[in-house]
Amino acid sequence: MWGLDFSVLDWNEIGVASLDTLKMLVASAVFTFILGLPLGVLLYQCSRSSSGWVRAVYNILSVIVNILRSVPFIILIVALIPFTVSIVGVSYGVLGTIPPLVIGAAPFFARLVETSLREVDRGVLEAAQSMGASTWQIILKVLLPEARPGLLAGLTITVVTLVSYTAMSGMVGGGGLGDLAIRYGYYRYQKEVMIISVLAMIVLVQLLQMAGDRLVRHFTRK
Amino acid sequence: MIELKQVTKKYGKGAKTTEALSGLDLTVHKGEIFGVIGHSGAGKSTLIRCMNLLERPTSGEVWVDGVDLTKLGKQQLQTQRRKIGMIFQHFNLLSSATVYDNIAFPLRLAHVDKTAVAAKVDELLQLVGLEAHRDKYPAQLSGGQKQRVGIARALASDPQVLLCDEATSALDPQTTDSILKLLLDINRKLHLTIVLITHEMHVIQSICDRVAVIHQGGIVEEGTVTDVFLKPKHPVTREFIQGQAGESAQLALQAPHDGSSRICKLTFLGEKTYDSILSRTARETGVDFAILQGTISKIKDIPYGQLIVRLEGDAETIEKTIQRVTAEGLDVEVMN
Repeated sequence: MWGLDFSVLDWNEIGVASLDTLKMLVASAVFTFILGLPLGVLLYQCSRSSSGWVRAVYNILSVIVNILRSVPFIILIVALIPFTVSIVGVSYGVLGTIPPLVIGAAPFFARLVETSLREVDRGVLEAAQSMGASTWQIILKVLLPEARPGLLAGLTITVVTLVSYTAMSGMVGGGGLGDLAIRYGYYRYQKEVMIISVLAMIVLVQLLQMAGDRLVRHFTRK
Repeated sequence: MIELKQVTKKYGKGAKTTEALSGLDLTVHKGEIFGVIGHSGAGKSTLIRCMNLLERPTSGEVWVDGVDLTKLGKQQLQTQRRKIGMIFQHFNLLSSATVYDNIAFPLRLAHVDKTAVAAKVDELLQLVGLEAHRDKYPAQLSGGQKQRVGIARALASDPQVLLCDEATSALDPQTTDSILKLLLDINRKLHLTIVLITHEMHVIQSICDRVAVIHQGGIVEEGTVTDVFLKPKHPVTREFIQGQAGESAQLALQAPHDGSSRICKLTFLGEKTYDSILSRTARETGVDFAILQGTISKIKDIPYGQLIVRLEGDAETIEKTIQRVTAEGLDVEVMN
Protein backbone atom coordinates (compact mmCIF):
# COMPACT_ATOMS: atom_id res chain seq x y z
CA MET A 1 0.00 0.00 0.00
CA TRP A 2 1.46 3.40 -1.09
CA GLY A 3 4.83 1.71 -1.24
CA LEU A 4 4.83 1.12 2.49
CA ASP A 5 5.82 -2.19 3.97
CA PHE A 6 4.74 -2.56 7.55
CA SER A 7 6.15 -6.06 7.80
CA VAL A 8 9.64 -4.64 8.42
CA LEU A 9 8.51 -3.04 11.66
CA ASP A 10 10.05 -4.17 14.88
CA TRP A 11 6.91 -4.17 17.04
CA ASN A 12 8.95 -5.05 20.07
CA GLU A 13 10.95 -1.87 19.75
CA ILE A 14 7.76 0.16 19.21
CA GLY A 15 6.32 -1.35 22.35
CA VAL A 16 9.40 -0.45 24.38
CA ALA A 17 9.35 3.08 22.94
CA SER A 18 5.66 3.50 23.79
CA LEU A 19 6.32 2.38 27.32
CA ASP A 20 9.25 4.79 27.59
CA THR A 21 7.07 7.64 26.44
CA LEU A 22 4.45 6.76 29.03
CA LYS A 23 7.08 6.56 31.76
CA MET A 24 8.47 9.98 30.86
CA LEU A 25 5.00 11.39 30.64
CA VAL A 26 3.76 10.09 33.97
CA ALA A 27 6.92 10.98 35.87
CA SER A 28 7.24 14.45 34.39
CA ALA A 29 3.50 15.15 34.80
CA VAL A 30 3.67 14.20 38.49
CA PHE A 31 6.68 16.43 39.17
CA THR A 32 5.30 19.24 37.04
CA PHE A 33 2.15 19.15 39.14
CA ILE A 34 4.07 19.01 42.41
CA LEU A 35 6.25 21.98 41.43
CA GLY A 36 3.82 23.95 39.28
CA LEU A 37 0.83 23.98 41.61
CA PRO A 38 2.56 25.66 44.56
CA LEU A 39 4.36 28.00 42.17
CA GLY A 40 1.02 28.98 40.61
CA VAL A 41 -0.54 29.54 44.03
CA LEU A 42 2.47 31.62 45.04
CA LEU A 43 2.18 33.73 41.87
CA TYR A 44 -1.52 34.24 42.52
CA GLN A 45 -1.08 35.16 46.18
CA CYS A 46 1.79 37.54 45.45
CA SER A 47 -0.09 39.24 42.64
CA ARG A 48 -2.97 40.05 44.99
CA SER A 49 -0.86 41.48 47.77
CA SER A 50 -0.90 45.20 48.45
CA SER A 51 2.58 45.20 49.98
CA GLY A 52 5.29 46.61 47.70
CA TRP A 53 7.77 44.04 48.90
CA VAL A 54 5.55 41.10 47.93
CA ARG A 55 4.79 42.73 44.59
CA ALA A 56 8.53 42.84 43.94
CA VAL A 57 8.75 39.07 44.65
CA TYR A 58 5.90 38.60 42.20
CA ASN A 59 7.68 40.55 39.50
CA ILE A 60 10.90 38.56 39.95
CA LEU A 61 9.04 35.23 39.91
CA SER A 62 7.08 36.35 36.92
CA VAL A 63 10.23 37.20 34.95
CA ILE A 64 11.82 33.83 35.81
CA VAL A 65 8.69 31.99 34.72
CA ASN A 66 8.56 33.96 31.48
CA ILE A 67 12.22 33.27 30.72
CA LEU A 68 11.76 29.53 31.26
CA ARG A 69 8.71 29.59 29.05
CA SER A 70 10.40 31.48 26.22
CA VAL A 71 13.52 29.32 25.91
CA PRO A 72 12.84 26.73 23.17
CA PHE A 73 12.57 23.32 24.79
CA ILE A 74 15.27 21.78 22.63
CA ILE A 75 17.71 24.48 23.84
CA LEU A 76 16.54 24.02 27.42
CA ILE A 77 17.41 20.31 27.33
CA VAL A 78 20.96 21.07 26.28
CA ALA A 79 21.37 24.01 28.63
CA LEU A 80 20.16 21.93 31.55
CA ILE A 81 22.55 18.99 30.96
CA PRO A 82 24.81 19.79 33.96
CA PHE A 83 21.75 20.23 36.16
CA THR A 84 20.20 17.01 34.86
CA VAL A 85 23.40 15.04 35.48
CA SER A 86 23.64 16.42 39.00
CA ILE A 87 20.10 15.27 39.77
CA VAL A 88 19.62 11.92 38.01
CA GLY A 89 23.22 11.08 37.08
CA VAL A 90 22.66 10.85 33.31
CA SER A 91 21.71 13.34 30.61
CA TYR A 92 20.10 10.95 28.14
CA GLY A 93 17.47 8.24 28.04
CA VAL A 94 14.16 8.25 29.88
CA LEU A 95 15.71 9.32 33.18
CA GLY A 96 17.79 12.12 31.68
CA THR A 97 14.77 13.62 29.96
CA ILE A 98 12.58 13.97 33.01
CA PRO A 99 14.32 16.97 34.69
CA PRO A 100 14.25 19.18 31.58
CA LEU A 101 10.65 18.14 30.92
CA VAL A 102 9.67 19.25 34.42
CA ILE A 103 11.68 22.48 34.27
CA GLY A 104 10.11 23.23 30.90
CA ALA A 105 6.53 22.40 31.81
CA ALA A 106 6.24 23.52 35.47
CA PRO A 107 6.36 27.29 34.73
CA PHE A 108 3.81 26.78 31.96
CA PHE A 109 1.50 24.88 34.32
CA ALA A 110 2.09 27.47 37.06
CA ARG A 111 0.78 30.19 34.75
CA LEU A 112 -2.31 28.11 33.98
CA VAL A 113 -2.82 27.57 37.73
CA GLU A 114 -2.50 31.30 38.36
CA THR A 115 -5.05 32.05 35.64
CA SER A 116 -7.60 29.55 36.88
CA LEU A 117 -7.24 30.78 40.47
CA ARG A 118 -7.99 34.28 39.22
CA GLU A 119 -11.26 32.96 37.85
CA VAL A 120 -12.46 32.08 41.36
CA ASP A 121 -15.21 34.47 42.46
CA ARG A 122 -13.73 37.13 44.73
CA GLY A 123 -16.97 37.18 46.70
CA VAL A 124 -16.47 33.60 47.82
CA LEU A 125 -12.98 34.43 49.08
CA GLU A 126 -14.40 37.40 50.92
CA ALA A 127 -17.12 35.23 52.47
CA ALA A 128 -14.46 32.82 53.73
CA GLN A 129 -12.50 35.73 55.09
CA SER A 130 -15.58 37.02 56.89
CA MET A 131 -15.95 33.61 58.52
CA GLY A 132 -12.48 33.91 59.98
CA ALA A 133 -10.60 31.67 57.54
CA SER A 134 -6.81 31.94 57.59
CA THR A 135 -4.82 32.41 54.39
CA TRP A 136 -3.94 28.70 54.31
CA GLN A 137 -7.56 27.70 54.86
CA ILE A 138 -8.61 29.98 52.04
CA ILE A 139 -6.04 28.41 49.70
CA LEU A 140 -6.76 24.79 50.64
CA LYS A 141 -10.50 24.89 51.28
CA VAL A 142 -11.73 27.60 48.93
CA LEU A 143 -9.33 28.50 46.14
CA LEU A 144 -8.17 25.04 45.07
CA PRO A 145 -11.56 23.26 45.30
CA GLU A 146 -13.34 26.15 43.55
CA ALA A 147 -10.71 26.23 40.79
CA ARG A 148 -10.61 22.44 40.40
CA PRO A 149 -12.20 22.25 36.91
CA GLY A 150 -9.85 24.95 35.65
CA LEU A 151 -6.84 23.27 37.25
CA LEU A 152 -7.73 19.95 35.63
CA ALA A 153 -8.15 21.59 32.25
CA GLY A 154 -4.75 23.26 32.73
CA LEU A 155 -3.19 19.96 33.71
CA THR A 156 -4.60 18.32 30.58
CA ILE A 157 -3.13 21.04 28.37
CA THR A 158 0.20 20.67 30.16
CA VAL A 159 0.31 16.88 29.77
CA VAL A 160 -0.51 17.16 26.06
CA THR A 161 2.30 19.70 25.74
CA LEU A 162 4.56 17.24 27.55
CA VAL A 163 3.79 14.61 24.88
CA SER A 164 5.27 16.86 22.22
CA TYR A 165 8.18 17.76 24.50
CA THR A 166 9.01 14.06 24.97
CA ALA A 167 9.07 13.76 21.20
CA MET A 168 11.50 16.66 20.92
CA SER A 169 13.76 15.05 23.46
CA GLY A 170 14.16 12.28 20.90
CA MET A 171 16.52 14.70 19.10
CA VAL A 172 19.01 14.37 21.94
CA GLY A 173 18.54 10.67 22.55
CA GLY A 174 15.76 10.97 25.03
CA GLY A 175 14.08 7.68 24.19
CA GLY A 176 10.44 6.96 23.57
CA LEU A 177 8.23 7.30 20.49
CA GLY A 178 9.65 10.64 19.42
CA ASP A 179 13.14 9.20 19.52
CA LEU A 180 11.98 6.28 17.41
CA ALA A 181 10.29 8.52 14.85
CA ILE A 182 13.41 10.64 14.44
CA ARG A 183 16.03 7.88 14.49
CA TYR A 184 14.27 5.44 12.16
CA GLY A 185 11.79 7.59 10.34
CA TYR A 186 13.80 10.74 9.76
CA TYR A 187 17.46 9.70 9.80
CA ARG A 188 17.00 6.27 8.20
CA TYR A 189 14.07 7.08 5.90
CA GLN A 190 11.91 4.34 7.42
CA LYS A 191 8.61 6.03 6.80
CA GLU A 192 6.72 3.12 8.34
CA VAL A 193 8.28 3.62 11.78
CA MET A 194 7.64 7.33 11.63
CA ILE A 195 3.99 6.84 10.67
CA ILE A 196 3.34 4.31 13.42
CA SER A 197 5.11 6.44 16.03
CA VAL A 198 3.19 9.54 15.05
CA LEU A 199 -0.07 7.59 15.00
CA ALA A 200 0.66 6.25 18.49
CA MET A 201 1.24 9.77 19.73
CA ILE A 202 -1.96 11.03 18.11
CA VAL A 203 -3.91 8.28 19.86
CA LEU A 204 -2.16 9.11 23.14
CA VAL A 205 -3.03 12.80 22.88
CA GLN A 206 -6.64 11.98 22.00
CA LEU A 207 -6.99 9.69 24.99
CA LEU A 208 -5.40 12.22 27.36
CA GLN A 209 -7.62 15.04 26.12
CA MET A 210 -10.75 12.91 26.42
CA ALA A 211 -9.86 11.79 29.94
CA GLY A 212 -9.09 15.38 30.92
CA ASP A 213 -12.37 16.69 29.50
CA ARG A 214 -14.29 14.01 31.28
CA LEU A 215 -12.68 14.88 34.61
CA VAL A 216 -13.35 18.58 34.10
CA ARG A 217 -17.01 17.83 33.36
CA HIS A 218 -17.24 15.61 36.41
CA PHE A 219 -16.04 18.38 38.73
CA THR A 220 -17.91 21.27 37.14
CA ARG A 221 -20.83 22.38 39.33
CA LYS A 222 -21.81 25.54 37.55
CA MET B 1 -23.18 45.81 70.46
CA ILE B 2 -21.54 47.57 67.55
CA GLU B 3 -20.02 50.97 67.83
CA LEU B 4 -18.24 52.83 65.09
CA LYS B 5 -16.23 55.81 66.28
CA GLN B 6 -15.05 58.45 63.83
CA VAL B 7 -14.62 55.87 61.09
CA THR B 8 -13.02 57.23 57.95
CA LYS B 9 -12.24 55.21 54.84
CA LYS B 10 -10.24 56.64 51.98
CA TYR B 11 -9.44 54.92 48.73
CA GLY B 12 -6.47 55.69 46.55
CA LYS B 13 -3.49 57.90 47.19
CA GLY B 14 -2.57 61.53 46.72
CA ALA B 15 -4.73 63.57 44.42
CA LYS B 16 -6.89 60.63 43.41
CA THR B 17 -8.11 59.98 46.97
CA THR B 18 -11.82 59.49 47.37
CA GLU B 19 -13.43 59.41 50.77
CA ALA B 20 -16.03 56.67 51.14
CA LEU B 21 -16.70 57.30 54.83
CA SER B 22 -15.94 60.57 56.53
CA GLY B 23 -15.68 60.43 60.32
CA LEU B 24 -18.79 58.36 60.81
CA ASP B 25 -20.24 57.52 64.24
CA LEU B 26 -22.83 54.80 64.66
CA THR B 27 -24.19 52.66 67.47
CA VAL B 28 -26.16 49.45 67.06
CA HIS B 29 -27.84 48.07 70.18
CA LYS B 30 -27.91 44.42 71.18
CA GLY B 31 -30.83 42.44 69.77
CA GLU B 32 -32.13 45.05 67.37
CA ILE B 33 -32.46 45.02 63.62
CA PHE B 34 -30.64 48.07 62.40
CA GLY B 35 -31.02 49.23 58.83
CA VAL B 36 -28.75 51.49 56.83
CA ILE B 37 -30.27 52.95 53.71
CA GLY B 38 -28.52 54.92 51.02
CA HIS B 39 -28.10 55.31 47.30
CA SER B 40 -25.41 53.34 45.54
CA GLY B 41 -22.11 55.07 46.11
CA ALA B 42 -23.24 56.60 49.39
CA GLY B 43 -20.78 54.42 51.30
CA LYS B 44 -23.17 51.87 52.77
CA SER B 45 -21.31 48.84 51.46
CA THR B 46 -18.03 50.19 52.78
CA LEU B 47 -19.76 50.85 56.09
CA ILE B 48 -20.98 47.30 56.63
CA ARG B 49 -17.67 45.84 55.44
CA CYS B 50 -15.91 47.96 58.06
CA MET B 51 -17.93 46.22 60.74
CA ASN B 52 -15.97 42.97 60.31
CA LEU B 53 -12.91 44.66 58.87
CA LEU B 54 -13.27 43.14 55.41
CA GLU B 55 -12.50 46.77 54.71
CA ARG B 56 -10.00 48.26 57.16
CA PRO B 57 -10.91 51.86 58.05
CA THR B 58 -8.26 54.47 57.32
CA SER B 59 -8.90 55.83 60.79
CA GLY B 60 -11.37 55.37 63.62
CA GLU B 61 -12.43 52.50 65.86
CA VAL B 62 -14.76 49.56 65.27
CA TRP B 63 -16.11 48.06 68.48
CA VAL B 64 -18.05 44.81 68.25
CA ASP B 65 -19.17 43.10 71.44
CA GLY B 66 -16.73 45.09 73.56
CA VAL B 67 -13.67 44.51 71.36
CA ASP B 68 -11.99 47.11 69.16
CA LEU B 69 -11.38 45.12 65.98
CA THR B 70 -8.94 47.65 64.56
CA LYS B 71 -6.48 46.88 67.37
CA LEU B 72 -6.46 43.10 66.87
CA GLY B 73 -3.70 41.01 65.33
CA LYS B 74 -4.42 38.79 62.35
CA GLN B 75 -5.28 35.65 64.32
CA GLN B 76 -7.30 37.42 66.99
CA LEU B 77 -9.27 39.08 64.20
CA GLN B 78 -9.97 35.68 62.61
CA THR B 79 -11.30 34.39 65.94
CA GLN B 80 -13.39 37.50 66.46
CA ARG B 81 -14.85 37.30 62.95
CA ARG B 82 -16.37 33.92 63.80
CA LYS B 83 -18.74 35.80 66.10
CA ILE B 84 -19.88 37.99 63.22
CA GLY B 85 -21.93 36.28 60.52
CA MET B 86 -22.32 37.88 57.12
CA ILE B 87 -24.59 37.32 54.13
CA PHE B 88 -24.12 38.81 50.70
CA GLN B 89 -26.08 40.13 47.75
CA HIS B 90 -24.66 37.45 45.47
CA PHE B 91 -24.72 34.75 48.18
CA ASN B 92 -21.02 33.89 47.70
CA LEU B 93 -21.48 30.17 48.24
CA LEU B 94 -18.81 27.62 47.40
CA SER B 95 -19.95 26.37 44.02
CA SER B 96 -17.92 23.17 44.42
CA ALA B 97 -19.57 22.20 47.70
CA THR B 98 -23.04 20.89 48.50
CA VAL B 99 -25.56 22.75 50.62
CA TYR B 100 -24.49 20.61 53.57
CA ASP B 101 -20.79 21.31 53.05
CA ASN B 102 -21.40 25.00 52.57
CA ILE B 103 -23.18 25.25 55.90
CA ALA B 104 -20.55 23.06 57.56
CA PHE B 105 -17.75 25.22 56.16
CA PRO B 106 -17.35 27.74 59.01
CA LEU B 107 -17.51 24.89 61.56
CA ARG B 108 -14.77 22.99 59.78
CA LEU B 109 -12.68 26.15 59.67
CA ALA B 110 -12.95 26.21 63.45
CA HIS B 111 -12.04 22.48 63.67
CA VAL B 112 -15.35 21.46 65.22
CA ASP B 113 -15.60 17.65 65.46
CA LYS B 114 -17.60 15.70 62.92
CA THR B 115 -20.63 14.68 64.98
CA ALA B 116 -21.10 18.20 66.31
CA VAL B 117 -20.90 19.54 62.74
CA ALA B 118 -23.58 17.09 61.57
CA ALA B 119 -25.91 17.99 64.43
CA LYS B 120 -25.47 21.71 63.91
CA VAL B 121 -25.93 21.56 60.14
CA ASP B 122 -29.10 19.47 60.45
CA GLU B 123 -30.51 21.96 62.93
CA LEU B 124 -29.71 24.87 60.60
CA LEU B 125 -31.13 23.11 57.54
CA GLN B 126 -34.36 22.79 59.45
CA LEU B 127 -34.27 26.42 60.60
CA VAL B 128 -34.00 27.70 57.03
CA GLY B 129 -36.28 25.02 55.59
CA LEU B 130 -33.82 23.32 53.25
CA GLU B 131 -33.80 19.75 54.62
CA ALA B 132 -34.75 18.39 51.20
CA HIS B 133 -31.84 20.10 49.46
CA ARG B 134 -28.90 19.12 51.65
CA ASP B 135 -27.00 17.26 48.93
CA LYS B 136 -27.61 19.69 46.09
CA TYR B 137 -25.04 22.09 44.70
CA PRO B 138 -25.68 25.85 44.71
CA ALA B 139 -26.14 25.90 40.93
CA GLN B 140 -29.22 23.68 41.39
CA LEU B 141 -30.92 26.13 43.76
CA SER B 142 -33.05 29.23 43.22
CA GLY B 143 -31.89 32.65 44.43
CA GLY B 144 -34.02 32.50 47.56
CA GLN B 145 -32.76 29.03 48.42
CA LYS B 146 -29.17 30.16 47.91
CA GLN B 147 -29.69 33.03 50.31
CA ARG B 148 -31.17 30.60 52.84
CA VAL B 149 -27.98 28.55 52.57
CA GLY B 150 -26.05 31.80 53.05
CA ILE B 151 -28.04 32.56 56.19
CA ALA B 152 -27.60 29.04 57.58
CA ARG B 153 -23.87 29.25 56.90
CA ALA B 154 -23.64 32.63 58.61
CA LEU B 155 -25.44 31.26 61.67
CA ALA B 156 -23.35 28.08 61.92
CA SER B 157 -20.78 29.49 64.30
CA ASP B 158 -23.47 30.95 66.62
CA PRO B 159 -22.59 34.57 65.90
CA GLN B 160 -23.64 37.52 68.04
CA VAL B 161 -24.17 39.71 65.00
CA LEU B 162 -25.41 39.12 61.48
CA LEU B 163 -24.35 41.57 58.79
CA CYS B 164 -26.51 41.63 55.67
CA ASP B 165 -24.87 43.25 52.66
CA GLU B 166 -27.77 43.97 50.27
CA ALA B 167 -28.99 40.47 51.06
CA THR B 168 -32.27 40.80 49.18
CA SER B 169 -31.26 43.08 46.31
CA ALA B 170 -30.80 40.21 43.86
CA LEU B 171 -34.14 38.59 44.72
CA ASP B 172 -37.65 39.06 43.41
CA PRO B 173 -40.22 40.79 45.68
CA GLN B 174 -41.87 37.59 46.93
CA THR B 175 -38.58 35.90 47.73
CA THR B 176 -37.38 39.12 49.35
CA ASP B 177 -40.34 39.00 51.71
CA SER B 178 -39.74 35.37 52.64
CA ILE B 179 -36.06 36.08 53.36
CA LEU B 180 -36.98 39.15 55.42
CA LYS B 181 -39.44 37.05 57.39
CA LEU B 182 -36.72 34.49 58.03
CA LEU B 183 -34.36 37.22 59.26
CA LEU B 184 -37.03 38.54 61.59
CA ASP B 185 -37.68 35.01 62.92
CA ILE B 186 -33.99 34.51 63.58
CA ASN B 187 -33.74 37.88 65.28
CA ARG B 188 -36.53 36.90 67.65
CA LYS B 189 -35.61 33.25 68.20
CA LEU B 190 -31.89 33.69 68.62
CA HIS B 191 -31.84 37.29 69.92
CA LEU B 192 -29.35 38.03 67.22
CA THR B 193 -28.33 41.60 66.44
CA ILE B 194 -28.83 42.23 62.72
CA VAL B 195 -27.36 45.04 60.67
CA LEU B 196 -28.57 45.32 57.11
CA ILE B 197 -27.85 47.71 54.34
CA THR B 198 -30.22 48.28 51.47
CA HIS B 199 -31.43 50.82 48.98
CA GLU B 200 -35.04 49.68 49.38
CA MET B 201 -37.23 51.49 51.89
CA HIS B 202 -39.52 48.48 51.84
CA VAL B 203 -36.85 46.34 53.53
CA ILE B 204 -36.33 48.91 56.29
CA GLN B 205 -40.07 49.26 56.78
CA SER B 206 -40.68 45.51 57.02
CA ILE B 207 -38.20 44.41 59.66
CA CYS B 208 -36.00 47.16 61.07
CA ASP B 209 -36.27 48.72 64.51
CA ARG B 210 -33.95 51.61 63.84
CA VAL B 211 -32.57 53.11 60.68
CA ALA B 212 -29.74 55.36 59.59
CA VAL B 213 -29.70 57.21 56.30
CA ILE B 214 -26.26 57.44 54.76
CA HIS B 215 -25.34 60.07 52.20
CA GLN B 216 -21.92 61.01 50.84
CA GLY B 217 -20.07 59.01 53.46
CA GLY B 218 -21.92 60.32 56.49
CA ILE B 219 -25.10 59.58 58.45
CA VAL B 220 -27.60 62.35 57.71
CA GLU B 221 -30.50 61.02 59.75
CA GLU B 222 -30.92 58.31 62.36
CA GLY B 223 -33.69 57.12 64.64
CA THR B 224 -36.48 54.63 65.10
CA VAL B 225 -38.03 53.57 61.82
CA THR B 226 -41.39 55.08 62.77
CA ASP B 227 -39.81 58.48 63.50
CA VAL B 228 -37.64 58.57 60.44
CA PHE B 229 -40.28 57.12 58.18
CA LEU B 230 -43.20 59.24 59.27
CA LYS B 231 -41.33 62.48 59.92
CA PRO B 232 -38.35 62.51 57.61
CA LYS B 233 -36.15 65.58 57.99
CA HIS B 234 -33.34 65.25 55.51
CA PRO B 235 -34.07 65.65 51.76
CA VAL B 236 -32.42 62.27 50.99
CA THR B 237 -34.69 60.52 53.49
CA ARG B 238 -37.72 62.22 51.94
CA GLU B 239 -36.58 61.06 48.55
CA PHE B 240 -36.49 57.43 49.71
CA ILE B 241 -39.91 57.66 51.30
CA GLN B 242 -41.46 59.46 48.37
CA GLY B 243 -39.96 56.87 46.11
CA GLN B 244 -41.93 54.42 48.21
CA ALA B 245 -45.21 56.36 48.27
CA GLY B 246 -44.97 57.36 44.64
CA GLU B 247 -45.96 60.78 43.48
CA SER B 248 -49.40 60.84 45.05
CA ALA B 249 -48.32 63.15 47.90
CA GLN B 250 -47.15 65.69 45.35
CA LEU B 251 -50.45 65.39 43.51
CA ALA B 252 -52.37 65.95 46.75
CA LEU B 253 -50.63 69.30 47.17
CA GLN B 254 -51.78 70.36 43.73
CA ALA B 255 -55.44 69.95 44.70
CA PRO B 256 -57.38 73.23 44.52
CA HIS B 257 -57.80 75.14 47.77
CA ASP B 258 -58.71 78.70 48.62
CA GLY B 259 -57.34 81.04 51.25
CA SER B 260 -59.30 79.67 54.15
CA SER B 261 -58.79 75.95 53.63
CA ARG B 262 -55.74 74.12 54.93
CA ILE B 263 -54.02 71.05 53.55
CA CYS B 264 -52.75 68.91 56.43
CA LYS B 265 -50.89 65.66 56.74
CA LEU B 266 -52.31 63.59 59.60
CA THR B 267 -50.25 60.71 60.90
CA PHE B 268 -51.84 57.93 62.92
CA LEU B 269 -49.59 55.53 64.77
CA GLY B 270 -50.27 52.26 66.54
CA GLU B 271 -53.82 51.48 67.70
CA LYS B 272 -54.96 54.98 66.75
CA THR B 273 -54.75 53.91 63.15
CA TYR B 274 -58.03 52.06 63.60
CA ASP B 275 -59.70 54.81 65.66
CA SER B 276 -62.40 57.10 64.22
CA ILE B 277 -60.69 60.24 65.49
CA LEU B 278 -61.13 62.27 62.33
CA SER B 279 -64.88 61.86 61.88
CA ARG B 280 -65.53 62.37 65.58
CA THR B 281 -63.57 65.60 65.62
CA ALA B 282 -65.20 66.85 62.46
CA ARG B 283 -68.65 66.27 63.93
CA GLU B 284 -67.76 68.22 67.06
CA THR B 285 -66.00 71.16 65.42
CA GLY B 286 -68.18 71.31 62.32
CA VAL B 287 -65.18 71.29 59.99
CA ASP B 288 -65.48 69.76 56.53
CA PHE B 289 -62.69 67.69 55.08
CA ALA B 290 -61.74 66.16 51.78
CA ILE B 291 -59.30 63.27 51.69
CA LEU B 292 -56.64 63.93 49.06
CA GLN B 293 -54.40 61.01 49.68
CA GLY B 294 -54.17 58.22 52.19
CA THR B 295 -52.17 55.19 53.24
CA ILE B 296 -52.61 52.58 55.89
CA SER B 297 -49.74 50.21 56.35
CA LYS B 298 -47.35 48.74 58.86
CA ILE B 299 -43.86 49.56 59.98
CA LYS B 300 -42.56 46.21 61.20
CA ASP B 301 -45.48 45.33 63.55
CA ILE B 302 -46.74 48.83 64.15
CA PRO B 303 -49.75 49.91 62.11
CA TYR B 304 -49.77 53.48 60.87
CA GLY B 305 -51.95 55.65 58.71
CA GLN B 306 -51.16 58.80 56.87
CA LEU B 307 -53.89 61.03 55.44
CA ILE B 308 -53.50 64.19 53.50
CA VAL B 309 -56.75 66.10 53.97
CA ARG B 310 -58.07 69.51 53.01
CA LEU B 311 -59.82 71.07 56.03
CA GLU B 312 -62.53 73.54 55.07
CA GLY B 313 -64.15 76.17 57.29
CA ASP B 314 -63.24 79.43 58.96
CA ALA B 315 -59.79 79.86 60.43
CA GLU B 316 -60.99 79.35 64.00
CA THR B 317 -62.74 76.06 63.25
CA ILE B 318 -59.71 74.73 61.41
CA GLU B 319 -57.42 75.80 64.25
CA LYS B 320 -59.70 74.08 66.76
CA THR B 321 -59.80 70.93 64.69
CA ILE B 322 -56.03 70.77 64.48
CA GLN B 323 -55.76 71.23 68.24
CA ARG B 324 -58.32 68.47 68.87
CA VAL B 325 -56.73 65.85 66.68
CA THR B 326 -53.30 66.71 68.07
CA ALA B 327 -54.71 66.22 71.55
CA GLU B 328 -56.07 62.85 70.41
CA GLY B 329 -52.51 61.86 69.61
CA LEU B 330 -52.29 62.39 65.87
CA ASP B 331 -49.34 64.15 64.33
CA VAL B 332 -50.43 67.09 62.22
CA GLU B 333 -48.32 68.86 59.65
CA VAL B 334 -49.86 71.84 57.87
CA MET B 335 -48.61 71.71 54.34
CA ASN B 336 -49.69 75.09 52.96
